[in-house]
Formats: sequence, C-alpha cells, structure tokens
Amino acid sequence: MRRFLERHWYAYAMVLPVVVVIAVLVLYPLAQGVFFTFTNINEANIANPVLDRPATYDGVGFKNYLNVLSGDSSYGAFWSTLVRTLIWTFGCVFFHYTIGLGLALLLNREVKGRTLYRVMLILPWAVPAFISAFAWKYMFNAQYGIINQLLRAVGLPDPVWLGQSDWALFAVIVVNVWLGVPFMMVALLGGLQSIPGDLYEAAEMDGATPWQRFRNVTLPGLRSVSSTVILLGIIWTFNMFPVIYLIAGPNPNTRILVTYAFERFFSGASRDYAIASTYGVLILSVLLVFATVYRRALRKQGEVW
Amino acid sequence: MTLDASSLQMVKPERRLKRTDRSPLASAGLHAGLIVASLVAVFPVFWVLVTSFKPDARAVETSPQLFNESSLDNYTRILGGEKGAFLTWFGNSVLIALLTTIIAVFLSATTGYAASRFRFPGKRSLMMSFLVVQMFPFAVLIVPLYNILIALGLQGSSIGLVLVYCTTAVPFCTYMLKGYFDTIPTDIDEAGRVDGLSPFGVFWRLIMPLAKPGLAVTSFYAFLTAWGEVAFASAFLSAADESKTLAVGLQVFVQQNRTEWGHLAAASILVAIPAVIVFYLVQRFLVTGLSSGAVKG
Repeated sequence: MRRFLERHWYAYAMVLPVVVVIAVLVLYPLAQGVFFTFTNINEANIANPVLDRPATYDGVGFKNYLNVLSGDSSYGAFWSTLVRTLIWTFGCVFFHYTIGLGLALLLNREVKGRTLYRVMLILPWAVPAFISAFAWKYMFNAQYGIINQLLRAVGLPDPVWLGQSDWALFAVIVVNVWLGVPFMMVALLGGLQSIPGDLYEAAEMDGATPWQRFRNVTLPGLRSVSSTVILLGIIWTFNMFPVIYLIAGPNPNTRILVTYAFERFFSGASRDYAIASTYGVLILSVLLVFATVYRRALRKQGEVW
Repeated sequence: MTLDASSLQMVKPERRLKRTDRSPLASAGLHAGLIVASLVAVFPVFWVLVTSFKPDARAVETSPQLFNESSLDNYTRILGGEKGAFLTWFGNSVLIALLTTIIAVFLSATTGYAASRFRFPGKRSLMMSFLVVQMFPFAVLIVPLYNILIALGLQGSSIGLVLVYCTTAVPFCTYMLKGYFDTIPTDIDEAGRVDGLSPFGVFWRLIMPLAKPGLAVTSFYAFLTAWGEVAFASAFLSAADESKTLAVGLQVFVQQNRTEWGHLAAASILVAIPAVIVFYLVQRFLVTGLSSGAVKG
C-alpha cells in the first residue's frame, strides 16, 4: 500500500480536484436525479428550505417509466419525440461533418486571404449561442424577417418558419448547422494538416486521381479525428437545448427529448421534477447504448479508441 | 497518429502548393466556395449589427434596409442603464466567465497531464466518466444541484455558478489537453526530472509553457461555456437585478410578446464583443490546439 501511494501519489494529487468537483456536482446530483425518477416529486411536495417545509413526496416504483415509455402524449409522446430527436441529431451532425469537411479541404489549400476566410468561417462559434439564437429568430420572422423578404423578392413562397409545422424543425436544424460547422471544420482542418504530404506525393506518382487520393489518403488519415468529433457531435446535438428553446420556444413541432424534459421542469404550475428526471435518465441510457455500439463498431474495424 | 513537437507550429503545406498548379477556373471556384460560405457565416452577425442602429419600430418593417433612422441611440440607452443595469450584468458575466476559465483550465491541465504521463489505476474509468458526464442533460440536474449549492452555502453566489460551469467545461477541456500533452515528447519531462525538478515542477515550468496552443483553445472553450449560458444562470443566481449575468438580463428585451429588436440587437453586439476579442486572441492557435486533442480523443 505504501509503495502504491509512493508511486502514484502525484498522479492522484493532480487528478483529485477534478474528481472531487465532478463527484460532488455531477455524480451526486445524478444519483439524486435517478432517485427522483422513482418518486412523484414536484414543486408542491419538494422540501423547501426557504419556507422550511419538509418533503412529502412518495415512491411510485416504475410508474414514471411506464407512463413515459407508453408514448402517451400527456407524457410527451416519448417514441415520436425520440424519432424527432434522431432526425434532429443525425441531420445536424451529417451537415456539420460534410460541410465542415468541405470547408476544411478548401481552407487546407494555399489560397490568398486564407487567414481572413478562416476567421470569418469560425465566427459563428465565437458568438454566444443565445445571441445567435436571437439573430436567427429575427431573421426567420414570417413578416419582417430578412429571409422571407428575400424569398418574396424572388417570387418564392414564404412559409411561416417558426409556426406549428415541420418548417420549424427545418429552421432550427439550419441554425444549429450554422452554429456547429466551425467546430468540425477546425478539428478536421487540424487533422488534414497532420497527414504527411509524402503520402499525397506517393499516391500521385502511382497515378492516383484526385478522387482516389481523397478516398485512399485523406479519409483514412482523418479516421481518428472523425470518429472522435462525430461521437462528441452526436452527444452534444442530442442534448442541444438552448438553440431550440430560444428560437422555437415550447413548440411541439421542434420538441426533442431534452427540450421536453426542460418544459416539464420549468413550465406550468406543477413543475414535474419526477418526469423531467425520468426523461434525463432515458436520454442518458440512449446515449450510453449508442456510444457502446459506436465504439464496438470502431474496434471491429481495427481502431483502438 | 502522433505529432512531434516540430509540427506543433501551423504546418504550411508548401510542398503541395508547388505541386498543384491550379487552373484559373479551379482557383475561381475555390474562392467562390469560400466567399459564399463566409457570407453565410458572417451575415447573421452583420444583420444584427445593422439592426442594432435602428429604432425598435423600424427594425420590424417589412422592407429590408441597411439604414433606417439609424443612430447610436440604442447603445447610449443601454449603456446609460435605461434598460436595466447593463453594465452591472456585464461585470458579473466577465467575473464569472474569467473565474470559470481560470479554474477550468487549471483543473483540466493538471488532470490532462496526469492522464497523459502517468499510468495509474482508475485512469481509464476516469476518462470514460468524462465522456459519460457529457451525456446527461444538465438542465435536469438543476434541482439536485440547487440542493447541493444550498448545503455548501454557495446558492446565489457567483462561485457556485462558476463551479457548475466548470463541471460542464472540464471534461472536454481535459480530453483536449490530454491529447495536446501527448504530442509533447516525454524526453522533456525526463530531462527536467534529471535536472532535479519535481513532477509538479516539470508540469508547471516545462510543459505548461509548451502547451500554449492547447491552453488557448481550452480557455476559449471554457470562456464561451460560461459567457453564453442561460439555464443555470437564471436558476442559480438570485433574482435581484444586480446579480444577473448578461444572458439572464437580456431576457428583459424579449418579454410580453413584444420584442424590442433594436435594443436587443445593440445589447447582443455589446455581449458579442468580448467573446469575439477572446476568439481573435486565440484563433491562430485554434487549429493546432484543437486537432491534436481531437486526434487523440
């Protein structure tokens, strides 16, 4: 034991602060959140230290899970919301990645004004998300928004973007793609720059076409960056809350799992913490399953990650 | 995939430049693509800037104009405190964001370094838990967090909020910095140890200065996490006007079904300026700093 400590104490000393903070502010709340899913806790029966009121909620077993998983619309229509969440997540990440990769390839060439282009292209990342959300909400406004003004000017139909239709989902996906491309672009640009130029030269000597060079040199060279940023992108997008909430508000057409959990949590007189936590646990479970499958698939292809 | 220290500077693909003599057509296409993408990236921000000079009533007219009774009135009214204690909120946000940046970067640097250099039991599960932490929707943790902050006596204080932001920023920052430290050769550590530095001395005096690009990117990320956050700030800070952050305070412009777009735009520009300054300071490190982190995962 003493030798063990002697060998590792500085490693543990360096890790300790983070472990303490994470344990106190994440694991403990998480455990409490899981506990809430088995109760009927809400605003009316939670302990209130300000009013000095003790907690009066009861355990209800798996009732919350049964209610939510039944897909009942008074509990947020779980399954159709899950489908919408998946459309949102994969739609966003697909465009983040493809557009980000395209721009990274363009930026990786020697172009005049490359630095200026790079600064402009990363700008959406630098602006705080709630500001971007306001900006897009303004631009998407059906009457005075610039987008519809332009559409009208060229004689195209001008839908009510943020109303009760699937256009709202389309609109928030557009905004989130705009927000998320810079991160992917920067990460992939770094990946491109770490591919040795010799490989391209060798490929060219062997008579590879540009497409073959892209398929057989660029894409394999980006494998490990790609697998990491796609996984992170999916996790972040799945839980992306401010964009939808600030742009579309509590609109059922843009409802994803996280926004519904937040709605249950904050809106209405009841403030149903139990259902909100149940959604939280279900979100975590979906992502855990996904991450496990994803890693296993990567490992099968010989990638140790 | 490994990078050696000499490639930590921005690699300029000069060899490939000479190789590909682009036709003028391809060159035009390249620029056209970049220009269109840049316009899309910049336009919303530009449009907010244009709107910020218009009076609220002019901002909602149905014909687009660059200038429409434009003036600096929105800015003077906001900075003059007519629309809420803007400067106080600004100060609160700066304080909270800076504290978050410093604490989060320091914590993730030590953790990232330990994970990069030492083999210790529990390292794998630690790194895994950082990934899992990002999966849980934080919005739903508000009640338990609220209880804990009360128990710690931190409810309503900036420090409580700073700690909460650190938990969201640290996992990703640690991943990035670990990847970055991995690209710094361990020979440097060994040389430092031979010269009589303690493990902490090596970390602080040798590795930290070498890791500037990585640190710059993590600072940027941590700063933005705290600067733009809405949900926790509205739940954890007391309702008193003087303790609000900008993200919370700006909600006054969006109330009662009547958004004061001109004022909101002006306030948005004021809020975006510090973020853009931080961004500008770190942008030349962004590519190297982020990629090595992401490459190593």
